[in-house]
Amino acid sequence: MTEKELEILRIIEEDARIDYNTLAKMTNISEEEIQTILKKLEKMKVILNYSAVVDWSKVPQAEQVTAMIDVKVTPKRGVGFDEVAERIYRFSEVQALYLMSGAYDLQVVIEGKTMQEIARFVSEKLSSIDSVISTTTHFQLKKYKHDGIIFEEGEEDRRIVVTP
Amino acid sequence: MSQVSVKTKNRLSSRIQDIKPSGIRRFFDLASSMDNIISLGVGEPDFTTPWNIREASISSMERGFTAYSANAGVLELRQEITKYMDQRFEVDYNPETEVLVTVGASEAIDIGCRAILDPGDEVIIVEPGFVSYAPLVSMAGGVPVSVGTKIEDDFKVSAEQIRAVLTEKTKALMISFPNNPTGAVMLKEDLQEIATLAEEHDLIVFSDEIYAELSYDHKHVSFAALDGMKERTILISGFSKAFAMTGWRLGFVMAPPDLLAAMLKLHQYSLMCAPTMAQYGALEALKSGMDDVERMTQSYKQRRGFFVESFAEMGLACHMPGGAFYAFPSIKATGLSSEEFAEKLLYEEHVAVVPGDIFGAGGEGHIRCSYATSMENLQEATKRMNRFVSKYL
Repeated sequence: MTEKELEILRIIEEDARIDYNTLAKMTNISEEEIQTILKKLEKMKVILNYSAVVDWSKVPQAEQVTAMIDVKVTPKRGVGFDEVAERIYRFSEVQALYLMSGAYDLQVVIEGKTMQEIARFVSEKLSSIDSVISTTTHFQLKKYKHDGIIFEEGEEDRRIVVTP
Repeated sequence: MSQVSVKTKNRLSSRIQDIKPSGIRRFFDLASSMDNIISLGVGEPDFTTPWNIREASISSMERGFTAYSANAGVLELRQEITKYMDQRFEVDYNPETEVLVTVGASEAIDIGCRAILDPGDEVIIVEPGFVSYAPLVSMAGGVPVSVGTKIEDDFKVSAEQIRAVLTEKTKALMISFPNNPTGAVMLKEDLQEIATLAEEHDLIVFSDEIYAELSYDHKHVSFAALDGMKERTILISGFSKAFAMTGWRLGFVMAPPDLLAAMLKLHQYSLMCAPTMAQYGALEALKSGMDDVERMTQSYKQRRGFFVESFAEMGLACHMPGGAFYAFPSIKATGLSSEEFAEKLLYEEHVAVVPGDIFGAGGEGHIRCSYATSMENLQEATKRMNRFVSKYL
């Protein structure tokens, strides 16, 4: 990956809505070249999506529950972690799925409207997968920081208006 | 005017009465009286001090490091400073005899002047420059002599310009690159001719390198790293700009042992030592703060790119500042003076910039705009400035 591509990635990771003109001035790369680079990175699936970080806890009608579930798996002949993972991540409730080192194998992040909904997913869908031997479910109580963004940010600009 | 003014006047030393109050102060009062302004007038980073540095300082207090430190500063910090300066800028100093931790770089300038100046000694100051240089020279009994740099020269100073104002009384030269307010940098070959001249005329050189880390296109060259210059250089730097630690008031000065011992004498009688908890924060900054410095520098560089280009779109000439976080465009095309421009812009568009004349010779006809503010602010500010400038072009 080139220096230019890296720089563009770092900027849009912070602000995906930045316009080409501003981005061009910031990086000293022409707008045309920026568009070409972005298209290429999208095609390579280096850039997968341009999404917003939303604090849903501030939206009354969109209450939801997030749980992290530790899953232990016995890989069977011909069925490795990747196959088990695929069976899990295809469920639309699954927000994220990671293969982990340590005490368990897969970490599932799941979002639902209620605890019951998540409980049902774990007992009916997750535990019933052949290779899954155990699950431990942790419910998130509060989000302090997500994707590098502090949710209750209190550090405003405290500088005085004119200084030498 | 009150009746007691004559009496009050007599209470003050003539030296202090001769010193004008800072022009920054007047503009600050003006800007503070207004709401909803976007300020490009701030001479400090918009980042808060990185958390690991704050945490280290808090922890030092929790562990009870609340007493005086050695006059010259915590030895471990001086050792880290010398290591850091050697790695970054190839200057070699002894932490025991050639480094002093000061209360901001400003103190370093002050005690440096007081350590070397006798009444009437002249100090050549390259301007536009930091507002404190000339007053600090005067307060130390010296005579400031200014040399103005120009936009045509990218605000660099030449040996020729300095030679033109040399007299028998010239004792020292004061330079600062990357420069506040112009953002100018001097490359090695630019500095070399100044070094030759300093050698020829046996000058002491104050090199204020507080913005050294914020050099965007070339690696910063320290004046003290040039051949033979360490012996005659008072090298000043600090933590404020690179590590976003302005309110900590922590700087340092590096100089040959005889000069440093004299400065230490002044420092120990007037300040005893720099605040201990701030020194422990600085220690953490040097040990593991370089990633943050790089992240912040990269961000300034991007904002510089955006900001400087927008002056061209407004129709104002602006050189590409190689360092610091200031743009210093010429506003001569508008027909307004620096003061008029800044005042009108503040009243009409609620954008605060600093009139260039405040920074001394060569500053009139320019404004200092700091781009150490959010991209959102920069975008809005340039929109407003564009609207303002178009009324005059």
